[in-house]
Amino acid sequence: MKKIQRGTLVFAIGAILVFAIIQVLLSLQILNSFWFTIIRIGAVMAIVSLGLNLIYGFNGQFSLGQWAFYAIGAYASADATYRWTQLHSALGVLVLLFAVVLSGVAILLIGRWVSRIRGMDALSQFALYLIATVLLVWVAVLLGKALDASVTAFLASLPKNVSLQIVFFVCIILAGLLAAEVSFLFGLPVLTLGSDYFGIATLGLTIIVKVLLDNSDTMLGFPEMKGARGMIGIPKITTWFWVFTFLILAIVITRNLLLSSYGRAIISVREDEIAAKAMGIDIAFYKTLTFVIGSFFAGVAGALYAHINGFLHPNTFNFIKSFDPLIIVVFGGLGSVTGTVAASFAWALVLEGFLRLWLPEGFETWRFVVYPLLLLIMMLLKPNGLLGNYEIAYLRNLIPPLRNKNENQTPPPPPLTVATDTQEVKS
Amino acid sequence: MRASTATSKSILLEYIIKRRWLGNGLLILVGLFAVYRLAVELINNPILFFQQVINGLQLGFVYALIALGYTMVYGIVRLINFAHGDVFMVGAFISFYGVTRLQLHTWVSSVFPSFPPVAAQIIGAVTVVLLAMVTCSVLAFTIERVAYKPLRNAPRISALITAIGVSFFLEYFGALSFVFSPNFITYKRPFDVTTWYLNKGGIASLQSGQAIPPGSVIFSNIFVIIVISSILLMLALQYIVRNTKVGKAMRAAAYDKPTARLMGINVDGIISVTFGIGAAFAGAAGMLYAIAFPQVFFWMGIIPGLKAFVAAVLGGIGSIPGAFVGALIMGQAEVLSAAYISTPMRDAIAFSILIIVLLIRPTGIFGEPTREKA
Amino acid sequence: MTTQQTTSVPLENTRSGETIVLEISNLSKEFGGLKAVYNFDLSLPEHSLTGLIGPNGAGKTTVFNMVTGIYTPTTGSIKLYGEEITHLEPHEINQMGIARTFQNIRLFPNLTVLDNVRIAYHTHAGYSMYDSILRTSRFSSKERELTEKTQDFLSVFRLENRQEEIAKNLPYGEQRRLEIARALAANPKLLLLDEPAAGMNPAETVELMDLIHFIREKFDLTILLIEHQMRVVMGICETITVMDFGEVIARGTPKDIQSNPRVIEAYLGPGAAALSEKFKRKKSQ
Repeated sequence: MKKIQRGTLVFAIGAILVFAIIQVLLSLQILNSFWFTIIRIGAVMAIVSLGLNLIYGFNGQFSLGQWAFYAIGAYASADATYRWTQLHSALGVLVLLFAVVLSGVAILLIGRWVSRIRGMDALSQFALYLIATVLLVWVAVLLGKALDASVTAFLASLPKNVSLQIVFFVCIILAGLLAAEVSFLFGLPVLTLGSDYFGIATLGLTIIVKVLLDNSDTMLGFPEMKGARGMIGIPKITTWFWVFTFLILAIVITRNLLLSSYGRAIISVREDEIAAKAMGIDIAFYKTLTFVIGSFFAGVAGALYAHINGFLHPNTFNFIKSFDPLIIVVFGGLGSVTGTVAASFAWALVLEGFLRLWLPEGFETWRFVVYPLLLLIMMLLKPNGLLGNYEIAYLRNLIPPLRNKNENQTPPPPPLTVATDTQEVKS
Repeated sequence: MRASTATSKSILLEYIIKRRWLGNGLLILVGLFAVYRLAVELINNPILFFQQVINGLQLGFVYALIALGYTMVYGIVRLINFAHGDVFMVGAFISFYGVTRLQLHTWVSSVFPSFPPVAAQIIGAVTVVLLAMVTCSVLAFTIERVAYKPLRNAPRISALITAIGVSFFLEYFGALSFVFSPNFITYKRPFDVTTWYLNKGGIASLQSGQAIPPGSVIFSNIFVIIVISSILLMLALQYIVRNTKVGKAMRAAAYDKPTARLMGINVDGIISVTFGIGAAFAGAAGMLYAIAFPQVFFWMGIIPGLKAFVAAVLGGIGSIPGAFVGALIMGQAEVLSAAYISTPMRDAIAFSILIIVLLIRPTGIFGEPTREKA
Repeated sequence: MTTQQTTSVPLENTRSGETIVLEISNLSKEFGGLKAVYNFDLSLPEHSLTGLIGPNGAGKTTVFNMVTGIYTPTTGSIKLYGEEITHLEPHEINQMGIARTFQNIRLFPNLTVLDNVRIAYHTHAGYSMYDSILRTSRFSSKERELTEKTQDFLSVFRLENRQEEIAKNLPYGEQRRLEIARALAANPKLLLLDEPAAGMNPAETVELMDLIHFIREKFDLTILLIEHQMRVVMGICETITVMDFGEVIARGTPKDIQSNPRVIEAYLGPGAAALSEKFKRKKSQ
């Protein structure tokens, strides 16, 4: 029998309670749709920011590109669900599925090959992966078209709601994976840059993605995205259940990853790259890994966001908004998962909720005057974030107590001259 | 060893890997494509091409003035001062009010009516520029004292967040109707635009209503003003940094703050001065930009600010000549890609160039390569 | 100083039959025309304790950085147990059995003492990322094993009661000890110590010398160390290699080195050797 730690139990019960309370309030219509949207946006921001906190807070890579992956996830999933609900075709989902799976497999295979032949520079690897993915996306389109009719027929045979939920769920996961794969490709050469330069390059990615979305109908060939006019007609199917489930999943994954040998390796890269290298840690691998996982979260969050309002506009993804997750992460406290989640909800409540409600009539434009002032005051008062390093018990790095001295027969060796039983130490 | 077995399998493969052929090939392909496109356009229509180059220069010089502020501030406090673009916006607005409300550009001729009109106009324009520069300096000085100085010992990211906050604040505070305006305002140039055309026959001024003679490149006095004033300001900065006590202190503080402090340099004061000088340049750039593209708007600082920042990084952030060169490249890239590739894509292309340059030279064109120290 | 002169310092022929752990030959490193290390040769027999000394800027740390893969040598080769490691990545070199400490301590400052050492074990963690995300039983058992191993290891270095302490809050001597412990956790065959006694008082230095002897025996290590404190170098090293301006100027036992005129010159300036001879003669008279 595994003993369940108290922190875990408290976390699980707490999560269920929070879910149930909000769900009840929603069902009883005590929370109106205004607050409902804000809560969902808070949760979505929490997922994005958790990803960024992994990348920046724990791995130390200053990234402004989180918003680009958020945008990719949002538009990719929205396109697929739009095609399903409006055009009654599973083509979008299928192409996305094949593209993501095929390039995923290709990335793993090429990755294995590259690590075996050694010594290949990041840019060459990037070229290799790029060629492979471009080819495979083409294959995916062909496969998708071939299978479109039969899969559509199958899904249409299911009850309408069930098929929509299946498509939605698949799309969320695929959006995350797509964002992860794009981030892998982008990160491969760019992660070799130094800290600030990496930040600037990722800012560039955000702007490039935004510009591409502005011209999605003309340059990318997705007329349904309608470019700078904004995409409409996306099904509004992000329920509290979906958002909450993915938020909890994100928290648990982050926690389980961080409180393991992998997490320690990730953190060691932030602490001291050279020392980490000298300790046998493949920092390029861990930087890429963290970047990919963080972007996966961003993609998932994007997919959830796209289906809240049923409307997407490239301006939501411009670089000025890309500072939002960064602000949240810094406010919550770099390297604090609890802080990030709390700050996300606080941010959504204050910026989207209270500032809209409390400002007197005629002063609506003051929202963005008050917001930066709040930002400044908070930053000056608490430069290390609201919660600093605080974590709730579940997320804390528990140091196991020392084993009983009597049980462990190694004598204390202060004179340091007696060689003790080395078996245990050397392993 | 794994390595040896794999390499003995294929010498060709090893060669490709060692020479980084795949990656470099990709870069070369992209570069060749760009060169090819430009060459084709140049041969097809050289006049249009040179016209674009002139437009690019005009833009590049404005970017250079903004980029200096980014690069100086980054050089000394390692802060990406996101509020700099908005200081530029404030500069444009101040010059706008200086011209339209205070009529500052005509003060000489109204006080001394007998003064030669050309000289009076120049003095008036200089007054407006000085007003914009001084206001921006004071603003930046205040920002530095209020928002950045208290965070000098906090994590670097805190100051970055406050910089973003200050940027938001300047924008949206400026957008309030009693401060600047939430709308686009047309900027009335304080002088008349004269256009010259340049062709094989030499330079001649273009009369109003006259069609542009075929085969000639045109430029206006705006272009001349921007280029000359930018170069003058740049030389002034070069002089300040190289030859004055403040400049030496700035370089010392940028190199090593604790040691500079031990040498009796008031580092905090120097940092404030750096912010002030950078902002003064942004203020001048604001006026020049508003003259060139006669419009002021509370968001006008974002995109030029961002471009100038990219220019600073491209040239090697922390390096003054780097900022200048980077800005000229940025100006050309923007104008040429708008003309020949796609107007909406020009921001994306600017950033693609930045990323590619960083991949080749990780610290920018003039940046000092960083060496890992163990 | 010509290069012919310097290359004339021969490699000590090691006794036949002895295994060579590390063999460095013709190693050079240039930084933009500046020769930081030039034609450096070194061979370390198994279980030896060798000192690398020289004035500041002689290129000792650069040699360390090349051996551990942080710098790529301009020319030359480095072999560990006969296997070429010259162009490997630092983490691969570490995994092949070379560990090091740094001149200015490089711990993971915001992590606990326990985690600092646990990081070094990560290649031997024995569970995959999926195990850790899904918290399988394999994860829990392996993680517990790893932690207990680390705690035992810490107690060898008398740090067991400090395990929850944040590394940057430790006193200086303990930080040094923790750094050595961390380096040894991955079970290396060769340990490189970069000025381990820097900033230590005499009592701590003695303790350190004990520690170095102790770990060499306990972990069956070959040790190469850079040190400025002659007490340490002369006290514990079996052989010494002296560098100046990137080149080897002398090799030998501590005794040989102490009287080598070129070494004295390198440390005290030209003419110093003659002077010291004079003093010696005066003393003996």
